[in-house]
This record gives sequence, structure tokens and C-alpha cells, in this order.
Amino acid sequence: MASLAIKNLFHEKVRLVVTLTGIVFSVILTAVQLGIFQGFIAASTDIVGKSNADLWIVSQNVTHVEQGVEFSESNLYKIVEIKGIERAEKQIVSLGAQMKKSDGSDEGITLVGSDLDGGMGGAWNIVEGSLEDLKKPDAIFVDKLYAESKLGITKIGQVVELNKRRARVAGFTKGIRIFTSQPAVFTSFKNAQSFLNMREDETLYIVIKAVEGKNLDELKSEIAAKLENVEVLTRSELVYRQGIYWVIGTGAGITVLVAAALAIIVGIVIVAQTIYSATVDHIREYGTLKAMGATNFYLYRIIITQAIVSGLIAFVIGISVSLVISRISLEGTLAIIVNWQLVLALFVLTILMCCGSSVVAIRKATTIDPAMVFKG
Amino acid sequence: MKAIEVVNLVKTYGAGETAVHALKGVDLDVFESELLLLLGASGSGKTTLISIVGGILSATSGNCVIRGREIVGLPQSKLPKIRLENIGFIFQGFNLFPALTTQENVEIALDLKGVRGGKAKKRAAELLERVGLKEKLKTFPADLSGGQKQRVAIARALAGEPPIILADEPTAALDSESGRLIMDLLQELAHEQNRAIVVVTHDNRIFDYADRIVKIEDGRISKDESNEQTDAATWMAVPSASVNIPQTA
Repeated sequence: MASLAIKNLFHEKVRLVVTLTGIVFSVILTAVQLGIFQGFIAASTDIVGKSNADLWIVSQNVTHVEQGVEFSESNLYKIVEIKGIERAEKQIVSLGAQMKKSDGSDEGITLVGSDLDGGMGGAWNIVEGSLEDLKKPDAIFVDKLYAESKLGITKIGQVVELNKRRARVAGFTKGIRIFTSQPAVFTSFKNAQSFLNMREDETLYIVIKAVEGKNLDELKSEIAAKLENVEVLTRSELVYRQGIYWVIGTGAGITVLVAAALAIIVGIVIVAQTIYSATVDHIREYGTLKAMGATNFYLYRIIITQAIVSGLIAFVIGISVSLVISRISLEGTLAIIVNWQLVLALFVLTILMCCGSSVVAIRKATTIDPAMVFKG
Repeated sequence: MKAIEVVNLVKTYGAGETAVHALKGVDLDVFESELLLLLGASGSGKTTLISIVGGILSATSGNCVIRGREIVGLPQSKLPKIRLENIGFIFQGFNLFPALTTQENVEIALDLKGVRGGKAKKRAAELLERVGLKEKLKTFPADLSGGQKQRVAIARALAGEPPIILADEPTAALDSESGRLIMDLLQELAHEQNRAIVVVTHDNRIFDYADRIVKIEDGRISKDESNEQTDAATWMAVPSASVNIPQTA
């Protein structure tokens, strides 16, 4: 049985290539579109997702972290005594900063200021410079993605103007994207306060690291009970809020989401059509097998074996190409993130698509006009 | 002993005014060790008849008993086993699997019977040797002549040791010599191995091989005679439009 299934598949090379091409195209299309969607999600949520904080205290009704409203740092002192808190720090994330370019024009940036001793909410993917360098007054890290193209920044030590204040480039990060495509700029909390002209006793956020093993919902309630006019959110709640705001709340996110959904549908249609055609091409052979006494189950096994083998080969080719595309994209502005979760999901989707399509074809094979096998 | 017993078999396709009555009450017995030729024009109902006898099409009414077992009314799920145990098919177009060698084509029939591995290879080789294709075990169907393909089909049909063989125009696509070889084989299978063989044909060159010739017209048996009774010339009225080869004297 397996012999017939496999040999049928490989016997006609052209048909095999056509079948595999259809599935490979489908895998790449789906992987790239879902990868773009993942890239958008990452761009909109990484500032929070990679913050290493368990809880975020935000001003009320904040829809996304880039537009928080200042509140008093006294809130920090009201909660530091809570036993479940290992560490609490002030944090700034703001879209409201401008950097002056060499041609005199301004470029909006996303400014992130964090407590550099705490390790929460700061820069990641640091490729040049160290956090010690960032502690110096006016020091900033700029992400390389847009550093040169949007800000004209090429090297450490370069002096720039940030919100009409002097800033000095002390290092670079790489591959940190913001949904709005603004360059990401990192600095210390104090520097950020200064760049944004904030009062010294104000902050935009408080990030909290919980004691290991502490129930976060309980801790959240304890903190909320001590504070007024702010919200306490877990990191995942804020990530979700970020995602909803940027991906669902903006047209761009919806467009990518629709494109990803369409890619899945187109992928399913291509695979269904490809596998169905490949099965129908052998319909006479299935009719002969039926006449010889094969049960429908025997035919199912042949057809599904062919579908799975086709799916496996095409998946390996398709996902390899997708990973190369993903790797190349990470050097550019449009991130196509194909992570192992997506690879696993696509693997399951591909095999299900192939098997599902073959089930449609199986119906054709098991309801063959019996007279067909007698026609010359 | 009767291998096939068909009684008042009716098959109607569709319903109402558009209904097509393919079989209108066919009675036919086929015995062990008998080679029966079934003749009829296109649309006469012979393909429908062997489809029902072969258990791949259900009848509208009547009886069809295969070696003592009634198959009309049996659920579809029971029919593959009846076919597997009782019937071997030989088709006009050979219906070999192009991706498999001759040996593998026979092995697939053994696989259906649960015979696999080395035992299946040995048995397939024996069957192919029996039909004169010992040297062609690893050859693909595309590299065989029509006669050789039909012999592979016969070897495949024999793999399950079926007591009944249904052959649909087995010589129509073959030259005279190949056709004779095939009929010699089928005759041997009937007379020396006690199989019941039904051959649907238009080919009047093979009438001499028949023990009995049955003619079906418009869904009914119109003639049923043993070959001794038969004047071959009277059967020539059978339309021969689909005979693909020149008739021999």
C-alpha cells in the first residue's frame, strides 16, 4: 500500500513538481503573511513584552504605553513596603520627543527611559556600548535600524539635539522596531525626564518585579488598593492592550491581519486544489483497486499517505525559503518574524490542509462510477 | 456447479421519465470450468451485468448469487470482501498501475489479500512466470506490449486465486497472436483450474474458445447457446464497431 502511494507520487516528476510547487507557494505565502503579522505584533508590544517587569502601573485609561500621562512618583513610595514586591522602578515611554537632523528638520522618536540599575524596561539587543555608558548625563542608545537613514547617526560619540537638548550617542541597539516606525532611543530615567521636560517628582509608569512565586493577581489587587487614579496591569494585560490598540485600532494592523487571514484562505484553496487534482489524476487506479477488492479504508490510507508525504516535502522546502526570507527581512525595516511557534503551527496547518483536501478527493475516489474501470 | 446464478436481475438508472432500464430481468447461470462469452452492442447492458456480478454496482431488484452467496441487497461495506475472495477482473485497458513494475502490480493484489514481503514477491514472480513473463519482473507497464500488459493483468487477477474471472474485452486492444495467447490462458484457467470465466467481447476471432455464448440485447438475454450448438455465422450480427483489430479468417 505504502509502496503504491509513494511510487505514484514520484512516478511522474512533472506532476510531482506541480503538486509540490502549489503547496510550497502556499506555505511561503502563509508563513510570510503571518510573519509580517507577527512582526507588527512584536513592533507594537516588545517595549512592554521585553520589559522584564511583572506589573505595570499606568495612568488611568491608557490605551498604549507610548502615550501615558504623568502621575506623581509618590505612588512608588506608597507601594514599596508591600511584601510581594521585589523591586519597583520608574519608567518612561513616550512618542512625544523630536530629534533634530543635520538638515535642520525634526524626526519623531520613541524615547524609553528606565532605571539602569534595575534591569526592567530598558534597552535590549545592545550591539555597541554598555549600560554603564548610558548612565552618563545626556547619553542615549539609538537603534541601528533607522539611526542613519532617519536620524543621520552613524557612530558612537556623535552629538545630536533631542527636544532642544544636547544628547550624545553612547551605543546602539539592533532590530528594535516600533509600530509607528519611529526610531527607538533609550536612555536613563533621569535623562528621559530631562529630555521630556517632566517634573522631577513625576513619572509615566512604574514597573514592578514581583517576589518569585508571588501570585500576580493578588499582588495586583494589593497594589491597586493602595493607589488612586492609576491602573495596575500585568505585563500580559498591557501587551494585550498594546496589541489591540495598534493592530486592531489602526488601519495598518487590520490590513495586515486581513492579509494574513487571506493568505491562509488562499493557501488552503491552493493546497486543496493541488491535492485534489493529484488524486483525481489517479482516479482510474483507485477504481481498479476498488474492483480488485480494496476497501474504502485501503484507498483512504493511500490517498492520505500521498497527501502527507507531499505536505512534508513541500513544508520543508517552503519553510526553509520562508526562514531565509525572514532572516533577510530582519536586516530591513519590515520584520517578517517566523519563530518556532509559527513553524509548528504552519506544519500542523499544512498537514491538516493536505489531509483535508485529500478527504474531499477521497469522496470522489470512493464514489467512482464502477463502469469507469471497464472503459478502455 | 453454479459459480454465478443470476435471476430476474433488473437495473434502472435514474427515475421517472428519464429512467434508463439497463437490465430488464436477466437470467443467467455460469458454471465452474466454463468459459462464457457475453456479447452485446454498446448500451445493451453487458457492462452493467458484469458490474453487478462483480459486486461493484448494486442491482435494482432480482438475485445475483456468487458461489452460493446472495449479493443483491448486501451493504456496500460487505462487497469488497466478496470481490476479493471470489472475483478477478481483467480489463480492456489493462488498468495496470504505471508507477509499479510488473511484479509490484501483482504484489498489490496480494497485498489486498494480506500477503506481503518476501512471500508476496515470490508468489508474484511465480504468477508472472506462469503467464510467460518471467523475464519482465522489473519492467514497467509502459515498456510492455499490449499482449504483455494483458498477461500481467491476468497474473494480477489470479493473485487472489479467484474462482471467477470477469474479463472485459481482453483481446480488443491486441493483435491476433497476442489475443490467441490470452484466450489460451483463459481457456486453461477454466478447463484445468475449474474457474468460471465470463468474457465480454465483440471479437468474433475468439468465439471458438467459448464453451457457451450468450447475447444480451436491450437489457435482456436474447441468445444462450453452447458452442457445439452455435453456428458462428449467426453471431456475426453482433455490431463490431469497437473491434480494434482486423478480423482474421
